[in-house]
Amino acid sequence: MARVVVDVMLKTEILDPQGEAVLGALPRLGVTDVSSVRIGRRVEIEFDENASNVEEQSRVIADKLLANPVIENFTIAVEESVETGAEHA
Amino acid sequence: MTRQPLNVAVDTVGVATATPDEKQPWAELGLKDDEYARIRDILGRRPTQAELAMYSIMWSEHCSYKSSRVHLRQFGQKNPKTPRLLAGIGENAGVVAIDENIAVTFKVESHNHPSFVEPKQGAATGVGGIIRDIIAMGARPIAVMDSLRFGDIDHPDTARVLPGVVDGVSHYGNCVGLPNIGGETVFDPCYQGNPLVNALAVGVMPRARLQSMQASGTGNVVILLGAKTGRDGIGGVSVLASATFSEDGDEDSRPSVQVGDPFEEKLLIEVCLELFDTGLVVGVQDLGGAGLTCALSETAAAGDGGMHVDLELVPLRAKGMEPHDILASESQERMLLIVDPANVENVLARAQRWGLLATAIGEVTDSGRLVIDYHGQTVVDVPPASLADEGPVYERPFTEPNDLALIAVDRAETLPRPTTDDEIRQTVLDMAASPNLCDKTWITEQYDSSVFGNTVLGTPHDAGVLRLDERSGIGIALSLDGNSRFARLDPYVGAQLNLAEAYRNVALTGATPIAVSDCLNFGSPEDPHVMWQFERAVTGIADGCQKMGIPVTGGNVSFYNQTGREAIHPTPVIGVLGVIDDVAKRIPLGLGRTGDTIALIGTTREEFSGSEWAWATHRHLGGVPPLVDLDHEMKLADLLASLAGNEQIAAAHDLSEGGLSQALVEAIAHSGMGAQILLPEGADPFTYLFSESTGRVMVVIPRGQEQAVRASCEQRGLPITPLGVADANTDGLHLRDHFDIGREEILAAWKGRIAEKLGAQGAAG
Repeated sequence: MARVVVDVMLKTEILDPQGEAVLGALPRLGVTDVSSVRIGRRVEIEFDENASNVEEQSRVIADKLLANPVIENFTIAVEESVETGAEHA
Repeated sequence: MTRQPLNVAVDTVGVATATPDEKQPWAELGLKDDEYARIRDILGRRPTQAELAMYSIMWSEHCSYKSSRVHLRQFGQKNPKTPRLLAGIGENAGVVAIDENIAVTFKVESHNHPSFVEPKQGAATGVGGIIRDIIAMGARPIAVMDSLRFGDIDHPDTARVLPGVVDGVSHYGNCVGLPNIGGETVFDPCYQGNPLVNALAVGVMPRARLQSMQASGTGNVVILLGAKTGRDGIGGVSVLASATFSEDGDEDSRPSVQVGDPFEEKLLIEVCLELFDTGLVVGVQDLGGAGLTCALSETAAAGDGGMHVDLELVPLRAKGMEPHDILASESQERMLLIVDPANVENVLARAQRWGLLATAIGEVTDSGRLVIDYHGQTVVDVPPASLADEGPVYERPFTEPNDLALIAVDRAETLPRPTTDDEIRQTVLDMAASPNLCDKTWITEQYDSSVFGNTVLGTPHDAGVLRLDERSGIGIALSLDGNSRFARLDPYVGAQLNLAEAYRNVALTGATPIAVSDCLNFGSPEDPHVMWQFERAVTGIADGCQKMGIPVTGGNVSFYNQTGREAIHPTPVIGVLGVIDDVAKRIPLGLGRTGDTIALIGTTREEFSGSEWAWATHRHLGGVPPLVDLDHEMKLADLLASLAGNEQIAAAHDLSEGGLSQALVEAIAHSGMGAQILLPEGADPFTYLFSESTGRVMVVIPRGQEQAVRASCEQRGLPITPLGVADANTDGLHLRDHFDIGREEILAAWKGRIAEKLGAQGAAG
């Protein structure tokens, strides 16, 4: 089984109001040495055992559905590690 | 902020003077040969990179109105003189007096292209931008409206664009806390690839709070208020990027899309109003398209003519921004303030209390020059008027399209029509279910319509009505309308029909129309046929406003709405503002009470060309648009105001797209009542139900008032025809001698269509 993690982030030049709001709240916690906060989202996708072209399919999913390529970038990481544990279970 | 040592080589005035032959990308920036030559002539040297960026932006079609200006002059020449007009064309928004104390400012603007690229953020920042225009006049924004046009509802891209745009309008408007009191949504294949998103905002102020955009008073301080400046919307000037900063190789890192923050805008509203009320600002200008470039040059040109700015003081969100990036950035939620030095501390403290950044970035001078330094080196030194007021003016050629005569003879009146009662009955239902006439609740229920508690009438009424004063009950009515099919058939008449419809819709609430704002959406001005359409439409509006005695107070022009050679239909969208003495006496939509008389005021002719019926059932567009009679419209408005004031009318509805049939469908759907209708003897039912003859309204007259209303009509020479009675016990529509349609059947046809077409899951329509 392949597990794919897609990280979606606003492009660096796009304003992130949510991140700005968190940044603005930090001094209230006494944290004053932060210069920037950017908030994105992490999506975990688990493919079937015999799925093929996992990375390619993930790219399509991310590009067409998970991210808005006009204002967001995404990265894809394929994690194969879960595989062995599942076989012995 | 401490001054960082300068570690990049910038193109300074000194460098520009020393290197006159340096090659500059003026063509890539959209400047013509002669325009670039004129810039060199004005400056007596080559422009610096920053200056070149500023001229390219300010002399663009968007900012300079270079193709439209020669025609827009008509508004100023033909505008009727009225003491109500406190600020007009050329200001951020027009301001009209409501009574001796209160003034209202309103304006409609387009955000078409950004909304196609990124529907949600494009539409959202469109709303944000028009709200800031209202703030800049000194008013508190109190409502927004939206006029939306998309391609065919069945086109896959409409399912991408429409929900995004609606989400954007609702997101920004709802978050900033403004009611959306109306508008329109229209589908037509000509908008495929060129959706139109026109947003209107309205604000109210004490007359004495009217603000100026002048940067006057030598020594006064220039303050930038609001969000940090980032790389938003600088796509256009990115060709100027030096090699130093393109090393990341990421083309996408200079997006033309901006993301706004409505909560920041809400703070901007509050802090600006506080500063206006305490008299702490001398001048104010919003930052919208063209950002600092536009705000600095316009305020400097409108004031004493000189300004000095230290650009490195501008708080930045992104690293590595060069002077031209900072000047071109379209980051949202920013305002420019001109403040007396004695008040600077106070202004900065008040901004801080609201949690907003405020930074002194320069001062007003008497040099007659706009001088911008970057880390002590002068990167801009220009006469500000050369940017703001003295841009190029084109007398573009315009010629009548060749196909006009052919279109005119292709009349919809010759199309096959339904003849039997069953066919006509089915047509009533089919029309009610058609994309342009069906219930738009799926869209409007996403908008907050009643925040502030002053919305007296909102969607789906013909116009929105807002209460301005709880004690006197005085209020305003606003309508935003377009009909591009009529304008396609005849742009002069079509524009006047649009104006007449918006005017009538305001009058239908009982209000008296007093002012106009227009958003003119057209194809490429370089196409002489498009330019002809534009010239005819502007002339139509200017003549119409002159005739009806209501001034055009401002608006905007959006050109280049075309894909390849296919331009959109000429689409003037017209906002009319009216005043109503007592909102308690406004006329609603509906059917009144059982036994009330339903009547038609106006004349029904056999007019189907450009109609919704011709389009929805035959995909036909040809012929000549319906007759427009502005005298008649003025009499009608006068009648409605009088009937409303005397409380002689229970309900009223405009007859426009879909004719009487659709007016009845909507009145029945919204009232929960039924209607018994008997058409006049000898009347052709199809013509009577579906003709789009204008200047007609359906009125509902309370029992006992029939004679008085008839007399009022006759006194003004307006034909009135009784059609039937409202009846709570009648199920839906009973058209005597022809057919019945039950309420459930009407609702089943009319409701839920948008959600169904968009395939929106779980959305109730």
